[in-house]
Amino acid sequence: MLTKNAAGVKARKRLCMTVNGRAVEIEIDIRESLLDVLRDRLQFTGVKQGCSVGECGACTVLIDGTPMNSCIYLAAWAHGKTITTIEGLAQDGLLTPVQEAFVDEGAIQCGFCTPGVVLSTTAMVDSGKSFTHDEVRRELSGHLCRCTGYQKIVDAAERALREAATAADESPV
Amino acid sequence: MIGASSIRKEGRAKVLGTAIYTDDKFMPGALHGLTVRSEVPRGILRAIHFGEGIPWDEFTLVTAADIPGTNLVASVVDDQPFLIGIGEEITHSQQAVLLLAHADRHLAEKARRAVRLEIEELPAVLDIQSSLDLQTVIYGDNNLLKEIHIAKGDPDPVWAQAAHVVEGEYRTGAQEQMYIEPNAMLSVVEPRDGALQVTVWGSLQCPYYVHGALRQLFGLSEKQVRVVAMEMGGAFGGKEDYPSVNGGHAALLAWKSGRPVRLIYDREEDLACTTKRHPSRTRLRTAFDAEGTLLALEADFILDGGAYATLSPVVLSRGAVHAASVYRCPHVRIHARAVATNTPPPGAFRGFGAPQSLFAMERHMDICARKLGLDAVELRRKNFLRMGDTMATGQVIREDLDLASIMDRALAAIGYRDKRAAFAITNQEDGPIKRGVGFSVFMHGCGFTGNGESHVASVAGVEGLADGTVAVLAASTEMGQGKNTVFAQIVAETLQVPVEQVETAEVDTDRVPNSGPTVASRSTMMVGRILEDAASGFKQALVQQGFLAEPYTPESFRAAVAKAVATLGSLRCYGQYHRPPNISWNDVTYQGDAYPTYSWACYAAEVAVDLDTFEVKVADFAAVQEVGRVVNPTLAAGQIEGGVAQGIGWGLWEEVTMQRGRMVNNQMTNYIIPTAMDLPRMQVIFLENAHVGGPGGAKGIGELPMDGPAPAVVNALENALGALRLDEVPMTPDRLLDRCEEVSHG
Repeated sequence: MLTKNAAGVKARKRLCMTVNGRAVEIEIDIRESLLDVLRDRLQFTGVKQGCSVGECGACTVLIDGTPMNSCIYLAAWAHGKTITTIEGLAQDGLLTPVQEAFVDEGAIQCGFCTPGVVLSTTAMVDSGKSFTHDEVRRELSGHLCRCTGYQKIVDAAERALREAATAADESPV
Repeated sequence: MIGASSIRKEGRAKVLGTAIYTDDKFMPGALHGLTVRSEVPRGILRAIHFGEGIPWDEFTLVTAADIPGTNLVASVVDDQPFLIGIGEEITHSQQAVLLLAHADRHLAEKARRAVRLEIEELPAVLDIQSSLDLQTVIYGDNNLLKEIHIAKGDPDPVWAQAAHVVEGEYRTGAQEQMYIEPNAMLSVVEPRDGALQVTVWGSLQCPYYVHGALRQLFGLSEKQVRVVAMEMGGAFGGKEDYPSVNGGHAALLAWKSGRPVRLIYDREEDLACTTKRHPSRTRLRTAFDAEGTLLALEADFILDGGAYATLSPVVLSRGAVHAASVYRCPHVRIHARAVATNTPPPGAFRGFGAPQSLFAMERHMDICARKLGLDAVELRRKNFLRMGDTMATGQVIREDLDLASIMDRALAAIGYRDKRAAFAITNQEDGPIKRGVGFSVFMHGCGFTGNGESHVASVAGVEGLADGTVAVLAASTEMGQGKNTVFAQIVAETLQVPVEQVETAEVDTDRVPNSGPTVASRSTMMVGRILEDAASGFKQALVQQGFLAEPYTPESFRAAVAKAVATLGSLRCYGQYHRPPNISWNDVTYQGDAYPTYSWACYAAEVAVDLDTFEVKVADFAAVQEVGRVVNPTLAAGQIEGGVAQGIGWGLWEEVTMQRGRMVNNQMTNYIIPTAMDLPRMQVIFLENAHVGGPGGAKGIGELPMDGPAPAVVNALENALGALRLDEVPMTPDRLLDRCEEVSHG
């Protein structure tokens, strides 16, 4: 049902997007953030809320492959876009190489920043680019982690990037 | 198993996004709870006015008048009310006055803003000095929340005879824990068998603290209250005592409404109202002979304890015991006070008082070395505690302690001598970048201070499950530190089965015994030791009752457990803490064994200061520690790296800015914690020296890394910039600029 305010402006909108490979059609309040819609309406609770002002990065999702803070991204802007949350990475319970690297390197402590960092690292790997150590630290600096001191997170990201580069070299052109 | 880097037990769920944190729990029909706070630091609450335009009849409202049991939060001292009632005194700016709940979160927020509190303001005390001045008395008759004296020998005759007497004053600021998951609680209160049943699920470190607080709040028996610890997004002490407050608030709303209630703080509220590290002021006076031997030490150690005692008495206790640090000294006098102010009560934060007093002592030792014309390394080496020496509390060092080796290892790791020599030359050049290297030597007492462990008398157990695996039963919570994995390793080692055959049970007070709070670097060493006993008993029971024959394989052990459970219905075995025979402590005189043992460390830092901007970059960091036997090297290194990051943050950037008793930079945009770009690659080195009292020889580790970074970094700043008044943390760029201007202006 569409509701209108005094000026006749619609406060609600029908939103069509793809989330983790599935088409989603949902009516939203235009004031809702993408974070609210993903967590509260679609139960993708792997998307975390840490600050609500785009500072901590815990709510990061991939929008058409680019990491974005979903807490300061209006749900309405996601119309027609493809969203990947942490729940969309593993297929049939099989961890992606990035997820494997985070588990194996001890890069996870409390786990609250983990979904966002893993998605940003996934975007780096998917870009096919190479990154220096300082560039990896800069790319991940939008994610606040209070547990690890970032050392093992950076180790995991570099390992995932290294493994992806090796796999690309070995794959037939 | 012990000594192996077993993979984190819950790591897979966390990396898949399927781990369930409090706000993730599906709870249909839940109301959203909110808290209305006072906003003035001190006054008398005269009235609560409900504004227009809000359908108040749709709201659940709770005031102090509604509270069914005792309106005091159960803690060390029961002095803090859950809610302030009409006519009662407001004592800090974040005091909860009214709770409200509604199904519509946005409407609930609108309603919160529509409430107006009528408060008759009173003069407020907002800092340590005003509290000491006693012009306004706000707590008891002297504003003291706790006072401690520790005495050894008599320093008084020493001052006049000593070759050198050095005095100094040091300050440390409040620090926010900044767990990435804000405080969160869910509650359901329902009638069961004609009585009330209160359940709270939350982000909390100490289930039995919350359990006790809810019993007192509602006046209920043990069985009527259930507390479940959900997956926790970090804590660092910030979810030690505060969950007794917000857990109570959530339960009050659930009780009044008859509906499930979510009470999830946003970041602004969390930073403004929850606990922080205590601000401190330490005055030190030390006497040395001509060769630099420490003869006497006097410490006046003061913590700003905020409006209520909360945990301040025990934070003060740890800070006071650590004030004399790692040095042998025949004459020591420590006077420690926690003073009341009209600010939100500080509480537990990793280190728990020790980082404050150790910052003072480790800065002071560098200043003493400069004033005595001695090398800071050699001054320390001359005065280190060794086996057989007596600490300030009279505790005798019984372990083979070699602090000089720990120090030398850290200095070698960072290249201390070479860097000092090189920077002495390069810092003479014109460029804006000045470099320095510094270090600190320190210890951290493992487990509770004094008689704490005896008072709690922790219980933990193991339980056989139908599939033949074993569950760990303990109320210790996983906050990221690795408790699930380390406990499983300890039990698996005792049972001689693979770590995959041991899991930790959900931390639910209906299922797990009280293994004490998850604090004080005590889980691995104290609870782990109890679990060793419980697992031994479990194995013996299996053997004695004929289910298991030794030697056995993991498969035959699994089959034996499955058969025992099928036959007996259940099989559990518990262990309990017993005070070791050679440990004694006197709570009144503060004499005796303050801790069963200590972890020891030396941290070294290299800094680069940009004199165009006064930004400080930590360019290199070496952390060398002796923590007994390391149970899981990867998890242990993770603890050190994370603690060092917090310590560097406290030393350089993290400043809580207060105005009228209220934190005004209460958001992640202006309270600055380190990012991946702000930290160096850290060298973490463990020197292992098995401790007989810990499981497999382990000691505590969690808090140690918080103690050393700030003094190491500030000592490095002095090496880079020369003798400035570097007596305070955080040493932010503007504070550093001020200190440099003091020198240039004479």
